[in-house]
Amino acid sequence: MEAIILQVLNGLDKGSAYALIALGLTLIFGTLGVVNFAHGALFMIGAFCAVTLSRILTLSRTVVDETQTDFLGNPLQVQVPYVHDWFGQATGDAIIDWAVPLSILFAIPVMMLIGVVMERGLIKHFYKRPHADQILVTFGLAIVLQEIIKYYYGANPIPTPAPEAFTGSFDFGAMLGLDPNVVIYPYWRIIYFAFAAVIIGAVFAFLQFTTFGMVVRAGMADRETVQLLGINIDRRFTIMFGLAAAVAGLAGVMYTPINSPNYHMGMDFLVLSFVVVVVGGMGSLPGAVLAGFLLGILESFASMREVLEVLPGINQIIIYLVAIIILLTRPRGLMGRKGVMED
Amino acid sequence: MLGLDKKDFRLLLIVIAITLLAPFILNPFPEGSGMAQFNAGYPDLMQRFVIYGIFAIGFNILFGLTGYLSFGHAAFLGVGSYAAIWMMKLVTLNVIPAIILGVIIAGLFALAVGYISLRRSGIYFSILTLAFAQMSYALAYSVLTPITGGETGLQIKATDSPLLSNLEPGQIGRANLFGMDMRAGFDLSFGDWLFTINAGYYIAAVFMILAFYLSIRIFRSPFGTMLRAVKSNQTRMYYTGLNARPYTLAAFVISGMYAGLAGGLLVAMDTQAGPERMFWTASGEVVLMTILGGAGTLIGPVLGSGAIKYMENILSKINKDILHEWFAFMPDGLEDFIIAIVYPFIGKGWHLTLGLIFMAVVIFLPGGLVEGGQRIGRLLRGKKANPNDDKATQSTPAE
Amino acid sequence: MSKTDLTRRGLLKTSAIAGAGVALPTIFTASSAAAFTNEPTGDTVTLGFNVPQTGPYADEGADELRAYELAVEHLNGGGDGGMMNTFSSNALQGNGIMGKKVEYVTGDTQTKADAARASAKSMIEKDGAVMITGGSSSGVAVAVQALCQEAGVIFMAGLTHSNDTTGKDRKANGFRHFFNSYMSGAALAPVLANAYGTDRKAYHLTADYNWGYTTEEAVRASTEAMGWETVAAVKTPLTQTDFSSYIAPVLQSGADTLVLNHYGGNMVNSLTNAVQFGLRDKQVNGKDFQIVVPLYSRLMAKGAGENVKGIFGSTNWHWSLQDEGSKAFVKSFGTKYGFPPSQAAHTCYVQAMLYADAVERAGSFNPCAVVEALEGFEFDGMGNGPTLYRAEDHQCFKDVLVVKGKENPESEFDLLEIVEVTPVDQVTYAPDHPQMGGADATLGECNDGA
Repeated sequence: MEAIILQVLNGLDKGSAYALIALGLTLIFGTLGVVNFAHGALFMIGAFCAVTLSRILTLSRTVVDETQTDFLGNPLQVQVPYVHDWFGQATGDAIIDWAVPLSILFAIPVMMLIGVVMERGLIKHFYKRPHADQILVTFGLAIVLQEIIKYYYGANPIPTPAPEAFTGSFDFGAMLGLDPNVVIYPYWRIIYFAFAAVIIGAVFAFLQFTTFGMVVRAGMADRETVQLLGINIDRRFTIMFGLAAAVAGLAGVMYTPINSPNYHMGMDFLVLSFVVVVVGGMGSLPGAVLAGFLLGILESFASMREVLEVLPGINQIIIYLVAIIILLTRPRGLMGRKGVMED
Repeated sequence: MLGLDKKDFRLLLIVIAITLLAPFILNPFPEGSGMAQFNAGYPDLMQRFVIYGIFAIGFNILFGLTGYLSFGHAAFLGVGSYAAIWMMKLVTLNVIPAIILGVIIAGLFALAVGYISLRRSGIYFSILTLAFAQMSYALAYSVLTPITGGETGLQIKATDSPLLSNLEPGQIGRANLFGMDMRAGFDLSFGDWLFTINAGYYIAAVFMILAFYLSIRIFRSPFGTMLRAVKSNQTRMYYTGLNARPYTLAAFVISGMYAGLAGGLLVAMDTQAGPERMFWTASGEVVLMTILGGAGTLIGPVLGSGAIKYMENILSKINKDILHEWFAFMPDGLEDFIIAIVYPFIGKGWHLTLGLIFMAVVIFLPGGLVEGGQRIGRLLRGKKANPNDDKATQSTPAE
Repeated sequence: MSKTDLTRRGLLKTSAIAGAGVALPTIFTASSAAAFTNEPTGDTVTLGFNVPQTGPYADEGADELRAYELAVEHLNGGGDGGMMNTFSSNALQGNGIMGKKVEYVTGDTQTKADAARASAKSMIEKDGAVMITGGSSSGVAVAVQALCQEAGVIFMAGLTHSNDTTGKDRKANGFRHFFNSYMSGAALAPVLANAYGTDRKAYHLTADYNWGYTTEEAVRASTEAMGWETVAAVKTPLTQTDFSSYIAPVLQSGADTLVLNHYGGNMVNSLTNAVQFGLRDKQVNGKDFQIVVPLYSRLMAKGAGENVKGIFGSTNWHWSLQDEGSKAFVKSFGTKYGFPPSQAAHTCYVQAMLYADAVERAGSFNPCAVVEALEGFEFDGMGNGPTLYRAEDHQCFKDVLVVKGKENPESEFDLLEIVEVTPVDQVTYAPDHPQMGGADATLGECNDGA
């Protein structure tokens, strides 16, 4: 029982990461019809927004401390962050501590800008090109973005901890009257889940209840007619691309305390996020979210010791196995629309 | 000639000539010169050129003709490799049975995967093939370790004694063709130039020429026309009373067998098989090779695979020292400046160059490298003002 | 047709002078021209440095490359000589190897067996390398070692920790200075028993591939011998990035110690996740919950940040060691690059030096002569104390460091502190130990390619 509750929690948490990435991807891929292999890279850049901000916040002046020595026996150079000078030691430390949440504010404009520049500068010219060309150009772009990050930040993972206040874990078991310490869950992962729910809700509300969203949805369904009505659908699509980039970026920012970011984290998620989007069904936002949570939960259950004892290796293939079964029983994934990316 | 029209036959002759003369063509720079770094005429890389060429030619039969984008083709290459190395470990060190078994097993695996995946089209098909390949990779890496050797893969060991060989105890078996070692060969030297003639390469090259010839025949056959019909309008085909499935499945199996041939040859040239051959990036690589060269053209996939393998093996080996050697003639300040600019693109930065080239090709040459060749061809012809000069080395794209 | 598999650049240079300008083909054959693969005939000798330059281990590979460049500098008489001055063998003169200037070529293994073999083959076939060294994973080491055996060149392994490299996959032409899973287990167990008691219940998370298997086996065997009980061992996919679903059930299994048989990105993530779950603040069976990481590296500790504090592990070498060899190496590396070397850099530097020294002592570049010179070679002054290159399996036997994540680091490099230097006797095993492939494991014959 406890084990099942735990894995459901894990699944929701994993699923929220998958759903967030898939949501951004499906906005571009499922609706604009562009196979965006650079989406993983956008997620990665989001994570590095957090790294960059914490680097900026810890920009330091160097003080030579004669009393201590470094590993070569020279006087030790002590780094004093400027924020200490400006806000005092305590406030300065608090600001540095809160770097990851603060990065959200930093990442939104940066990611929007990157998305818009990408769409205007590159993707725009590829709407009418074959999917193969889109794959080649976005894959090339993903490699370039990745290598730029690697050049400046190295290949090693960079630790980016959550604020002190969110370390440790919450004891669900005690709340439900079970033994303490059995069903515990880290605070930050709970926050990640809540954050994902808010973002997903906001994107849906935006598309469902605003005029802008209505026009975009109309444009997805029939681009030409919307244009004939005198609406500049291109500009709206550009904004949608920026929005998708921002969603991917935010998913990345909030993910950094869970796993230390490195330059290839985007590639690690890329294939998985495509699987999620396709299992959800092309052109369906709710489908992508649903598939994200479904695969997350199944993956968590497959990693249980009891399951592995019966089916060794099932944790390695569960996602792909489920994807095959779903695609064979439901031709267009869970909630796919007819005719989208079927040829 | 050989059932080909004049233009195709000429293309085949050109490919044969280039393949056979590759040890010379790929080593244009004298040994010891600074430019020798760019020589690609050593056996291992030449073998890889033709083997991955075969892989891409096969992929193109499926993707270029039918438009079905398989994202799991590396699985067939991997399965072919495993089959071939087991053949060599257990039965005979002769490469021919190993390659044949690789082709057969890959073909059977392709039949199973294709039968299931081809129930769907478009992106759904791509994800199904991807899922099969990723499962193969994950299992080969972990739970199937007793069969696949896991992370370290399979090599021929001193403890292996194949049935049909008479190795002394402790002797490590070597791949051979009726007794001829794959690494047999000799060096030719003309003045400062050195050329390595290698048996393994020529064996692989013969396979590639046969594979290329077969692909021309398929492209020009009624079967090929049928496959193109699948690409242009499957629904119309259906309404005329034709079922596309048997044709696409046949194309899928053929291209899987090509991958198996490539896998078998990889093992024959270098007796090693490992799971990362089946990872999705390997499947992605053949997609990129085909598109980079020009999907749907005959020669494009070969060019694309050559370009990517060249960068992987040559560019990644250039290091800072070599740069200093090259630019040593410049004044110090300028030298450092140039090196600082070039350095991020070579050695450990070779991926960056690869990415930039992908982007540049697809932006400026929508038809891939083949289109680049055609443009140059047109330009040359235009300058010579000789419209009858039909010396195009590329065939027209399929569409 | 005569048999030769490799080009000989050095040979060519001489022949080019002889036949300069003559456009007649000259055909060389192995038997007539060279005694062994890539025999250096000019006044230089080429070594091949095959390290990961792309992919997750690129930083480790970069550090290995720095160490090799430093070693080449020292071999050619440049710099301050580093560990050449403290090395117990005095064969090296700082005039290259046997008077030949050392040149090198570099390649990218991509941490993939195929790519690593392609890169090594190009070094052997195109550049005429007489020795290949480097690498940052056991899969690559085993694959490249097998290739070098076939081609008839020496392979000096870089960072590879799996038992298999000098266990069931050992080869006559391959040598490993780095320690292995068995040694990690043997060195860690007593320290763990000392610190955490002998009635612990351990839960293993193991990376699902060869290295993970051998490490789990080794650590289990040695801790169980100390009285620990293994509650469960769960395999995790190599491609896993989020380990929450593997870590969450640990507490309710009744285990009070978590052993993470992970390396690289896997280790950074699993350790980060475990600390996130607050495992270390918990009490199970009336004891504080503990985490152990059998193989540590400073670069990975850096990736895991604060999470490594107080966590035990083992390592091959650490820059804070105070023997003369380590001090000399840290000084010359630190002066050149501005930061202390990693254990990967150390093992690679030492391997390059040991190879050069063996050639000098053998008086020949012939791989079989080098093998003979290295087998049973005892040396000191290379940072690990007295060391033996055992003849039976080509594994170095030396003290092993047990380390702990430092509570109050003084700098960004000061992440680990040495808890104990486990003496070599405690980590020595029989060459036919079951974990090392048993009696079937054999080096085979050395191959010089002739």
